Amino acid sequence: MARAAKASDGTQGSNSTPSVNRNTSKDDLLKYYREMLLIRRFEERAGQLYGMGLIGGFCHLYIGQEAVAVGMESASIDGDQVITGYRDHGHMLAAGMDPKEVMAELTGRIGGSSKGKGGSMHMFDIETGFFGGHGIVGAQVSLGTGLAFADFYKQNGNVSYTYFGDGAANQGQVYESFNMAKLWKLPVVYVIENNEYAMGTSLARASATTELYMRGASFGIPGEQVDGMDVFAVYEAGLRASEHARSGNGPYILEMKTYRYRGHSMSDPAKYRTKEEVDDVKKNRDPIDHIKTMIEQAGVTEDELKVIDNEIKAIVLEAVEFAQTSPEPDPSELYTDVYLEA
Amino acid sequence: MTDILMPALSPTMEEGTLSKWLVKAGDTVSAGDVIAEIETDKATMEVEAVDEGVIEAILIDAGTEGVKVNTPIARLAGGESASPAPAKSEAPTVQAVTEDKPAEAAAPAKPELRDPEFPEGTPMVKITVRDALRDAMAEEMRRDEKVFLMGEEVAQYQGAYKVSRGLLEEFGDRRVIDTPITEMGFAGVGAGAAMAGLKPIIEFMTFNFAMQAIDHILNSSAKTLYMSGGQIKSSIVYRGPNGAAARVGAQHSQDYSAWYANIPGLKVVAPYDAADAKGLLKAAIRDPNPVVFLEHEMMYGLEFEIPAVEDFVLPIGKAKIQREGKDVTIVAHSRMVGFALKAAEQLAAEGIEAEVVNLRTLRPLDTDTVIASVKKTNRLVTVEEGWGPCGVGAEIAARVTADAFDDLDAPPARVHQEDVPMPYAANLEALTVPSVEKIIAAVKQVSYK
Repeated sequence: MARAAKASDGTQGSNSTPSVNRNTSKDDLLKYYREMLLIRRFEERAGQLYGMGLIGGFCHLYIGQEAVAVGMESASIDGDQVITGYRDHGHMLAAGMDPKEVMAELTGRIGGSSKGKGGSMHMFDIETGFFGGHGIVGAQVSLGTGLAFADFYKQNGNVSYTYFGDGAANQGQVYESFNMAKLWKLPVVYVIENNEYAMGTSLARASATTELYMRGASFGIPGEQVDGMDVFAVYEAGLRASEHARSGNGPYILEMKTYRYRGHSMSDPAKYRTKEEVDDVKKNRDPIDHIKTMIEQAGVTEDELKVIDNEIKAIVLEAVEFAQTSPEPDPSELYTDVYLEA
Repeated sequence: MTDILMPALSPTMEEGTLSKWLVKAGDTVSAGDVIAEIETDKATMEVEAVDEGVIEAILIDAGTEGVKVNTPIARLAGGESASPAPAKSEAPTVQAVTEDKPAEAAAPAKPELRDPEFPEGTPMVKITVRDALRDAMAEEMRRDEKVFLMGEEVAQYQGAYKVSRGLLEEFGDRRVIDTPITEMGFAGVGAGAAMAGLKPIIEFMTFNFAMQAIDHILNSSAKTLYMSGGQIKSSIVYRGPNGAAARVGAQHSQDYSAWYANIPGLKVVAPYDAADAKGLLKAAIRDPNPVVFLEHEMMYGLEFEIPAVEDFVLPIGKAKIQREGKDVTIVAHSRMVGFALKAAEQLAAEGIEAEVVNLRTLRPLDTDTVIASVKKTNRLVTVEEGWGPCGVGAEIAARVTADAFDDLDAPPARVHQEDVPMPYAANLEALTVPSVEKIIAAVKQVSYK
């Protein structure tokens, strides 16, 4: 499947990068399949629980974008950090957080990763290096730059993966962060998940320029446009970007061309795009179908895939069960975690 | 013949050091020639000749400290110009070598009560608020490698108000970091670095500019511990001058005390004197929570005594009885404590003994100390630089009326900025801000006198 890639070295206009040979083992294929399927099935259940009134407030599903979080995660090493906006469930699962804790946070239970006090948009996990889960569009870009500042300060060889959407790409602090990151050569990979719509506003209606990978050009930050529906393309670009940032060259921008299948949030009927447009992506660009085809070509049988499907289903059902049986936080939790003892 | 006078480098400067003469007696100078350099505690300024002529005499030697504004420093014999130099004294024009901001020099006269934490007889040293803040940062940076200072002009420029003077030289550019003018960006970088376990001190040139960054202070720092179920701590200090300086107009003269004090998850500290500044800033840097540290530009240059002890740390959340009295309680914070002390002095001459409570911390608010004082005096006046509605005084009045209603002999009175943006005109500005006179009037109001 040939897909066009574009790149900017940060000092001149776009050019194409040569496609990379893919020598991928069956194990790698199955790992990607498993991780992407977990996100898809998890999110479908989350949507269902929302419909049942078990999840409240805002709930932004990651369905369609799975290849971005999974591919990038594979390019990271221990100690690296991930930070993103409010569409965060996929990133948490890819980072290795326990699906039970994520789902229980969605239902606002004590077993949730934030004891039920954060909710869909505000989850964190120090152990896996997941720093949220931020509800203010664009704020995570400065914060992720700060995580990279800490890596730089500690000289620990780690990288901050800072995700934001095409909508956040128009926030001022993104460019304040680009400037400082390049000025101080901070180890940060900015991953722009361009799913074409900022809530109901298409990229073309909101952005004077739609080539988001070029947004670092005036700071001299190299950028690449990547097929975000192809987990291998994501992984390979992720490796290039990580290597660049990790070896002291400063920030790198990856624009992931992706698509969300569901509305912006559960309450969005997504009338701003046609059913045909969505169906076309589902039919022709679906990231899970894509890898499934490769897996079949690698000689994996339908039965082998079925085993994985069942495993994932069981994990998700267990998470759903936990998220409903874990109790609500005790009222005494109301006043905990406001301050730490000095 | 014209006397060249020691120039005022800001509307409130009272003295400076004549650091260098660039001319000597007998030299001919033209208008605009640089003749001397004068150093204040914040900046070195070049002094230019206003008239042409011959320097007849240097009256103040180079290196002289504490030269009062308007002291003759040299004498200029009239040149050969058609119009002889006027016989009156005139100050030369000055041009900033480094940018400067006004500072206040009027120190309060009264010695204060010792902190209860330090026994009677503790040796004291004199230090400016500015240097107390600097020393606090330096001591904590020596103590903890994770502490760093970031902000505009904090490193090479030595601080826009010279608060970070010398820190770059001691700690290097890894830990004393000049940022671009990018408040939202560097506040976010600081907040993110704190999440990753560092202990940033984020300096805002003034808190007026922090409005561009307030999202990170609230949403990224104050709320994260809670939203993460206790996982992500944010040990970070956001500091800088807050409140009205002098004659800088509406956008540069706002007191944000009530804004930040409204937010759970933040600690908010507002020091008055050098001891507060040093002891509380050290505590703020050590604190595992985000702390908003509201300094005052007009206090930076003032000298106070502080205990000469090795590691001077004050508790956050404890108010201080700055002056004891039995007739009325005046609650104030930051610069207004000095105003309250002055008012108390004048009131004492009229037989009213005011107790002055220096809040020191606005969140958590030390309501116990305030209420204990009101139970003794039965009268309450609050003083703040900010606007009245929903202000610090409103909060204190609400708590006192709720918890000590029966102890009050009069409704509480509030002194605060008039309910208008800060005007520039000197007379209007003076009408707008709280004053000693307004405090005295409020005390008399609650005392029915």
